Amino acid sequence: MLLETKIRTEERSIISSGHVIDTSSIESTSNVSLANKRKNVWAELIWKVEAKKDVSAFEELFNHFAPRVKAFLMKSGADPQMAEECSQEVMATVWRKAHLFDPSRASASTWIFTIARNKKIDAIRKQNRPEPEQLYPDQDYEPDQEAVVELQQETERLTSALGELPEKQRVLVEKAYLGELSHSEIAEITGLPLGTIKSRIRLALEKLRHAMM
Amino acid sequence: MKKHDIKHHLSKELLLAYSAGHLEEGFSLAIATHISMCDQCRAELESLEAMGGAVFENLEPNVIDTDAFAKTLALIDQMPEQTKMKPKTTELPEPLADYVGCDLDDIDWRPIGMGVKQKILVNSEKVSARLLYIPAGTAVPEHSHKGREVTLVLKGAFKDEIDYFGPGDIELADGDTHHTPVASDEEDCICLAVTDAPLKFNKLIHKIAQPFLKI
Repeated sequence: MLLETKIRTEERSIISSGHVIDTSSIESTSNVSLANKRKNVWAELIWKVEAKKDVSAFEELFNHFAPRVKAFLMKSGADPQMAEECSQEVMATVWRKAHLFDPSRASASTWIFTIARNKKIDAIRKQNRPEPEQLYPDQDYEPDQEAVVELQQETERLTSALGELPEKQRVLVEKAYLGELSHSEIAEITGLPLGTIKSRIRLALEKLRHAMM
Repeated sequence: MKKHDIKHHLSKELLLAYSAGHLEEGFSLAIATHISMCDQCRAELESLEAMGGAVFENLEPNVIDTDAFAKTLALIDQMPEQTKMKPKTTELPEPLADYVGCDLDDIDWRPIGMGVKQKILVNSEKVSARLLYIPAGTAVPEHSHKGREVTLVLKGAFKDEIDYFGPGDIELADGDTHHTPVASDEEDCICLAVTDAPLKFNKLIHKIAQPFLKI
């Protein structure tokens, strides 16, 4: 992995503790491009579920994501039986809400994470969660393919960068999403370099706004 | 809602807590409403969700029941068909409309003195969320906070010791903030105010009134 990693110094970002990581420079060429194909496959499968009600596409998604959803819910405090039942409900929601997935703004993992998170709030924390307004473009809107590929690649870089973080930061980031952070811990990780992915999402939102009625 | 230049945005701390699902309902309401009005914060939120997605993707998968897929397909059959678009019922951003249930003009306000009126939307042990109606040129009594306060302007504007806040703007305050928001002279101001502890009013009369006003 190290041999395959080239660091382009000009694109380095510094997180608050002084460690340097860079989401855009990790070009573990063979691994990442393979992984990108895989990531785009997930987005493609969600499209097949939406457009064609394709059960075998859904089964592929299920086999990859359902065990992760269950793991996420157990780490968030659900007992095994509750996590099992809730992960089935999360995956059923993936089928039902496939039309809301926008691959120019989120990867499949990101989108399914948000559904699992909402289930956690609903089932474990027993709270309502007000959600931002959904953005509905008119019917002919297709997200720009180039934007989709870039977003999916950027997400893959982010996932690799997370793996490359110094142990202490990586644990903090995981704790932010799986447990809860103290105020000073939050300050330590809000310096994470999300700038590139944020600007891609921003562009996708602008395009979407133009396509809205 | 009209489109404006929003100058005061959500903090990364709040967005992170919201993206991870750790915020109380009342605060989530303010966050979701602001994001409905602000694409800058929406992009920020979605990038934090991408980070959550990365954590999720890297999790060690858990073993699931052998009949889980079959059960999920059965669940799908029982679920109602998703409608493509929720029809808009009010001028308010969707998350807030779900709590208010009518247009701003039709709210059954409760007066809390000095012409200021309120409508309580969420009132849990830890957090309360309310709409405040402040007539043009009127001050909300001076107060400080035991905890956090998030204020989102929906209509009109107010200014206080810190800055000027117009529609869509967020003001964040904590235990150290003492402020006297005054509605701008041009228009009555309506805002959503969320606090995680009761507000402390600094004059005796307000202290006495506080338990009755639930403010």
